Amino acid sequence: MDRFVWTSGLLEINETLVIQQRGVRIYDGEEKECCMAILLSQIVFIEEQAAGIGKSAKIVVHLHPAPPNKEPGPFQSSKNSYVKLSFKEHGQIEAFEDLSKLMIKAKEMVELSKSIANKIKDKQGNITEDETIRFKSYLLSMGIANPVTRETYGSGTQYHMQLAKQLAGILQAPLEERGGIMSLTEVYCLVNRARGMELLSPEDLVNACKMLEALKLPLRLRVFDSGVMVIELQSHKEEEMVASALETVSEKGSLTSEEFAKLVGMSVLLAKERLLLAEKMGHLCRDDSVEGLRFYPNLFMTQS
Amino acid sequence: MAMSFEWPWQYRFPPFFTLQPNVDTRQKQLAAWCSLVLSFCRLHKQSSMTVMEAQESPLFNNVKLQRKLPVESIQIVLEELRKKGNLEWLDKSKSSFLIMWRRPEEWGKLIYQWVSRSGQNNSVFTLYELTNGEDTEDEEFHGLDEATLLRALQALQQEHKAEIITVSDGRGVKFF
Repeated sequence: MDRFVWTSGLLEINETLVIQQRGVRIYDGEEKECCMAILLSQIVFIEEQAAGIGKSAKIVVHLHPAPPNKEPGPFQSSKNSYVKLSFKEHGQIEAFEDLSKLMIKAKEMVELSKSIANKIKDKQGNITEDETIRFKSYLLSMGIANPVTRETYGSGTQYHMQLAKQLAGILQAPLEERGGIMSLTEVYCLVNRARGMELLSPEDLVNACKMLEALKLPLRLRVFDSGVMVIELQSHKEEEMVASALETVSEKGSLTSEEFAKLVGMSVLLAKERLLLAEKMGHLCRDDSVEGLRFYPNLFMTQS
Repeated sequence: MAMSFEWPWQYRFPPFFTLQPNVDTRQKQLAAWCSLVLSFCRLHKQSSMTVMEAQESPLFNNVKLQRKLPVESIQIVLEELRKKGNLEWLDKSKSSFLIMWRRPEEWGKLIYQWVSRSGQNNSVFTLYELTNGEDTEDEEFHGLDEATLLRALQALQQEHKAEIITVSDGRGVKFF
């Protein structure tokens, strides 16, 4: 396979790292420190070959013929126009399918980069500027610019605790503006818009919210029967809001969620939850027909 | 036929035609439906019905309100009536049923009371005499359909107060 050229493995001046696959290694004899490269311009197209019985999954890279002025490489000539890369444990495919495994690998990479960074620090004075640059570019090539915020506080509960406290601060005013209750999706949008960078994942938001009550913060997470999640001010009493909802429905005879939402100035999602809660408490009953879902005062209970 | 029948307030209440998810509300709703079915059938002297008839009958289909009770919910109402003893399925596929606005045991009691009052214990009656005879004109069970009557007498038979027998042109009953 004559398309390969020898290289140092570091990024050249006008090169940038696009994607990195770990778990694949080439040895020059017994020496680990060797690198071979194929210029991207040589690649015609790439296809995946599924694993079979006794055969690993492969990626097939089809190549143009080697240019005449090519740098020296391991082979002078080859009768093949493609190479195949074989992956132990389906490397590429599995790593992306299993994000949690990827997280573990990412953690390893962070640890490794930390140790290299420390070695650079330790060797200050004994290390040449040239070598420092080389190490730093190794770090970059591993795809880690800076350890993420999670690392500052540690992953898991400590991070979520901090986050919960932060949320309590951010959400107090918006909650008061919205009558003391917001759906978790509204919270997610609001918080991430405020953060700008270092966006929160939905999982991190939920986990932080689960801690609000335990941390005795002035808000809490509530999950309705339907599965809808909301954040409420501790002072907010949804059951009391139900009494006023009943009044509103009685005045109008009957209401749909949309009509009720409009009257009261709530989102339809939260309006529906309030009406459903009122139904659960026996204050309302429902009329479900082709015309839609309407709520009525529960005359079955109040009338003889 | 439906002229003098007074519909209950629930019949004009749209939620009546939606099976209520709240258990307590549903209990009240079903009780109202059972009561409506029985009074409707009593007034219309309807002792049996098919499920298909029921679906289209004004009983479960309020055309003016544009609401009808869905067939799955009708089945639930009928099952409630069966549990209470007011309904009996006439076939295995549950397509037609006997509807008794009074339970057979209650009819049995009324009939036996009349028999005792008029001092006719140990007498024999044909079924026809009981429901259509002159002597019973003032009685509630006068005009009762045969299927229900039979079940009433079977209930009395269980209590050893009567025995269903064969007479010259059909069936009869002896009271003890």
